[in-house]
Amino acid sequence: MRKGTVGANALRKEGPDKLTGAARYIDDYDIPGALFGVTVRSPGPRGRIKDVRFDLAFPWDQCVIATAKDIPGKNAVHLLGDDQPLLADGVVNHALEPILLIAHADRATAWRALEHVHVDLEPLEPVLTMEDSLSQKQVVWGLDNVFKDITIVKGDAQAALAEAPVVVEGEYRVPHQEQAYIENQGMAAWFEDGTLVVMGSLQCPYYVHKALQPLFALPPEKVRVIHAVTGGGFGGKEEYPNMIGGHAALLALKAKKPVKMVYDRTEDMLATTKRHPAVVRHRTGLTKDGKLLAQEVDIVMDGGAYMTLSPVVLSRGILHASGPYECPNVSFRARAVATNTPPNGAFRGFGAPQTLFAVELHWEKIAAVLKKDSIALRRLNALRPGSTMATGQVLKDSVSAVQVLDTVVKKSAWAKTRQAHARWNKDPKKPTWRGLGLSLVHHGGGFTGNGEVYLKSRAGVSIDRKGSVKVLAGSTEMGQGASSTLAQIVADALGLPYDSVSVERPDTANVPDSGPTVASRTTMVVGGLLKRAAEDLKLALAKHGGSAKRLCGDALERRFLAEYERAPGMSFDDKTYKGDAYATYGYGALAVELEVDKATWETRLLRVVTAQDVGKAVNPRVVEGQIVGGTVQGLGWALLEQCVYKAGVMQNPRLTDYVIPTALDVPDVEALIVENPFPGGPFGAKGVGEMPMDLPGPAVAAAVLAATGLFLPFLPLTPERIQAAADAAQAEKELVS
Amino acid sequence: MRFLRARTPEEALRLAEKHPDAKPLAGGTDLMVAWNAGRLDGKTMLDLSPLKAWARISPAKDGADVGALVTHARLMRHPEVLKFWPLLAEACGTVGGPQIQARGTLGGNIANASPAGDPFPPLAVYEARVRLVHAGGRRELAFLDVFAGVKKTHLAPGELIESVHLPHPPKPSRQLFRKIGTRAAQAISKTMMAGLLWLERDGAVREVRFALGSMAPTVKRLHAAEEFLRGRRLDRPTVDKAVELLAADVSPIDDVRSTRAYRLRAAQNVFRGFLEGRLGRS
Repeated sequence: MRKGTVGANALRKEGPDKLTGAARYIDDYDIPGALFGVTVRSPGPRGRIKDVRFDLAFPWDQCVIATAKDIPGKNAVHLLGDDQPLLADGVVNHALEPILLIAHADRATAWRALEHVHVDLEPLEPVLTMEDSLSQKQVVWGLDNVFKDITIVKGDAQAALAEAPVVVEGEYRVPHQEQAYIENQGMAAWFEDGTLVVMGSLQCPYYVHKALQPLFALPPEKVRVIHAVTGGGFGGKEEYPNMIGGHAALLALKAKKPVKMVYDRTEDMLATTKRHPAVVRHRTGLTKDGKLLAQEVDIVMDGGAYMTLSPVVLSRGILHASGPYECPNVSFRARAVATNTPPNGAFRGFGAPQTLFAVELHWEKIAAVLKKDSIALRRLNALRPGSTMATGQVLKDSVSAVQVLDTVVKKSAWAKTRQAHARWNKDPKKPTWRGLGLSLVHHGGGFTGNGEVYLKSRAGVSIDRKGSVKVLAGSTEMGQGASSTLAQIVADALGLPYDSVSVERPDTANVPDSGPTVASRTTMVVGGLLKRAAEDLKLALAKHGGSAKRLCGDALERRFLAEYERAPGMSFDDKTYKGDAYATYGYGALAVELEVDKATWETRLLRVVTAQDVGKAVNPRVVEGQIVGGTVQGLGWALLEQCVYKAGVMQNPRLTDYVIPTALDVPDVEALIVENPFPGGPFGAKGVGEMPMDLPGPAVAAAVLAATGLFLPFLPLTPERIQAAADAAQAEKELVS
Repeated sequence: MRFLRARTPEEALRLAEKHPDAKPLAGGTDLMVAWNAGRLDGKTMLDLSPLKAWARISPAKDGADVGALVTHARLMRHPEVLKFWPLLAEACGTVGGPQIQARGTLGGNIANASPAGDPFPPLAVYEARVRLVHAGGRRELAFLDVFAGVKKTHLAPGELIESVHLPHPPKPSRQLFRKIGTRAAQAISKTMMAGLLWLERDGAVREVRFALGSMAPTVKRLHAAEEFLRGRRLDRPTVDKAVELLAADVSPIDDVRSTRAYRLRAAQNVFRGFLEGRLGRS
C-alpha cells in the first residue's frame, strides 16, 4: 500500500501561480470594451431622497447611469430576507447605502464623476445604538427593530438561580471588526448570448448565482458565476458579492457592455459588512465548589440597517453562549436588532467570538468571587463525552475540551509563569506589569442546525480518458488552502498520487453546488462528499479493470457526484432549538502572556500558546496557517482594531488608522495541533477555519486583568482604554481612602 | 500631472523659481499616498532625487550637515549620527517600516510638516538648523521656526530645503527617545518625545531639553518646564511641578488614533520617568 498524502504538507495547488504572479485577481483581467463602474452612496444615515443633482459641467453623455428603475426584476439583494434593496428607491436606511451607479470607459473619470453628483436627503431621525433600537426610540425596521429573537431553554434556570448558593453577574461588550482582506471587493459582469456572466472576488459562487436570478428575472441556466483568484475573504466575501455583483450586472445590462467594479480600500471599509458588535449579559448560578447550576444569558447583536445574515450569526452566537461547559439549567435569549448603520455580516467565527468572549471572561469574575482558580473551574465544568449541551445534544465522539486545556496549561508552564509574574509585578523598578490569561472554547463545524440538510450540497470528481482526476466543487480557494486539502482527500480516497488530482475552477456552469465556502465546513462537509464520490469512482474504475479509457467509453469524461446526507440519529428542531446543533465541535485553548507598560499602558505580547483539536490535520501546514492567522486576527480584535463611528459613518476607513497587527506585533504563535478524530469527517477531520478567532479576546482580557488588576469586560483593550480604566480605579480608591 | 526633473542643484533652483507651485519630490513616500488619492492630479512635480550633492552627510565645524536627500535608513546607521545624535538615529528607525526608511528623506520629512514626524523631537532637542535655498540665495532657520502649522511650513515659493545642520551637543547626563505608536511598525505616532538632560555635580539641572510630537499642530519644546527645571535639583516636588507644566506647552486632541487624556497622561508619565531617571539612558 502506497503512503497517502493526508497528513502530509502537500504543496498548495495555487501556490506556483501566486508566487510567479500568474494568478489573476479580478482587477488583473483586461476585459475588452469594459466600462468601469462606481457607486453613488447615501450621505446620511436615514432619510428620504429628495433630489439627485448632476453638475452640468460634467460630460454625462459619456457615462451610463443606472438607478433602481433599471432593475428588471425585484429590487432586493436576495439572502435570508429580501429587505435590502440593490439600489435605494426613495429612502435610505444607512449612510453609504447605494443609490445609483455610474459607468465610464475611463476609471479615473468614473471616480471623478462621483464628485459631480449630489444627493439631497430629507433627514429622518436615525437609530445608531443597540440600546436605542431595543427601546424603539424610532422604529426603523419591521414592527420592532428586531431581525430575530431566539431562546434556548433547558431545565429551570430561574428556579436554580433563586436557590444557587453563589450567583455571579456580568456584562460584556465587543465591537465591530473589519475583515481587512488583502484584495478589496471587485466584480465584473457581462451578457453573453442572453446569459448573465459575473466573475470576481467571492467565497460563494452559488450565493451570487441565486441572488442574481430574481434581480434580473432570469432562470438559473441564464446566470453564470465564475470565481476569480480571491485575495482573502474571512466572511467579508460571503454575502457582499451579491451586492457588488448585482451592481456590475445592472450597469452591464444598461450599457450593453461589460462592466467592472473594484472598490478602493476606503470605500470597502466604509460600505461593506463587518463583525456584529454585541452586548452579552450573564447571570450564573454555582455551588460553592464552582459547579455550574444555572446559566442565564442575554445577547443583543447590532445587525445594521438590513437583515443580511444576522439571524444565522445570532444563531451561532446563542449556540456557543454556554462555552464548552455542561450546565443543567439554561435560559438563553438572543436578539439581533436594526440600527441605521451599514449592515454587519459574516466574519470568521460568525457570532461565536462574541458570546465566547463573554462566557470565558466571566470565569475570571466567578473565580474572583469564589476565590478559586479559573482553570480548575473550567476543568470542573468542561464538556466531556456523554455531556448534554444547552440544546439537549448529547456529545459522543471527539470531545477534547479537557485535553486541549491541559495541553495549554502544561505547555505554557502556567503555575510557574504566574509565580514569576507575581515576583516581577512586586518589583517597583520593573517598567511593566505582566500577566497570563487563558481561554477555552468549542466551535461547531458546518452549518447550524438543519442548515446542511437544507443546503443539499453536492460535490464530486471527474476523470477523463487519460485518467486525470479533477475535484468538482463550488467551494473556493481564498488563501485558506482549500484546494490542496480537498485534492489530498480525493487523492487518498482514490489511492492516487497528489499530483494526479487537480481542482476545477469554481464556475456555476461547470461545478456542482457544494454550498458556501464558510462555517468551517469545507474540509469536514465538502471533503466528506468528495471522499464518497472518489470512492464511487474507485469502484467504477475497478469494474473497468482500472482503465480510465474503458470507464469513459465514448464520453470525454465521467463524473461522480455525492450529495449531503444527514448522519443517522441526528436531528434538530429549528423552532425549539432542541437537538443536534452541529454534527461535531472543534475544541481549542489558548494562553496569552503579555505585559502592560506602567508609563504608557501599551501592551506587548510575550508568548502565545494554543492547542486546537481539528480531528485530523489533512495538511498540517495549512491547519497551522489557519490557527496562526486566526489567532493574529483575534489578537488584533482584542488589542488594536477599533472602528470609530460618527453619525453611522466609520471615521477611520484606512489601514493607516484602522490598525491591524503586523508581524512585529505578535510573537511566534506556538500552535499545537490535537487530533481526536471525528468518525463523520473525512479521515476524521473537523473544522478549523473559525475556531482560532474565538480564543484571543477573552485570553487577552484575562491576561490584562492578571497584570493590572483591572477587569475590563470589553474589547479592544487599547492603551487609551486601559488608561481610562486605571484612572477611574485610582479615583475610586482615593475616594474610598 | 507635469513632471520636472532636476539633475543639478542649479537646475533645481532654476526650475523651482520658474514653477513656484511645483511640489518637490525627494523620496516620494508621502507624495505617493497623495497621488494615489488623486490629490496630485494636474499638479507639477519637481523631482530632486538625482541631486547627489544633497544626499551627503558632511562634517562641519561644530557638527555635521545632513543633506536634505539623506534617507532615514542612512541616518539610523551612520556612525557619526549614532555617536553624537543617537536620538535622531533611533527616531529614524521608527519611521514606517524598512521600505519607507529606505526611500524617505530627512528633507522630505521636514517639508511634509506632519505633526507626527518621528525625527522632529530629536531635531528639536538637538537644536538643528535648516538651510533653505532659492535662486536668489540662502537663509537658515531654527528647526522649530520652519513649521507654520499642520502640514504647513514657512518656506517661500521657490524655496527648497538644502540641508540640516546638526550642532554637536555636549555629552548629556541622560537622554531619551520614545515613540508611542499605534502598533510596533507602520505606525503613526500618538505621541513621541525626545529628551536631553545635563546635570551639575551636585545634581542640579544645568540644562534640559524636552520635545513632544503629535501633541500640537507642530512639534513642541517644553519651554515652561525646561525653564522651571534649570538650576533645580530633581526632587519630588520639582518633578511634580515640571510634569504639571508639560501641559502648558502642548494642546493634544481627541482623534481617531488616540485621546487627549491618554496623550497627556502618557507623555507626563514618560517625562516623569525621564526626570526621575527610571526611563532613558546615559
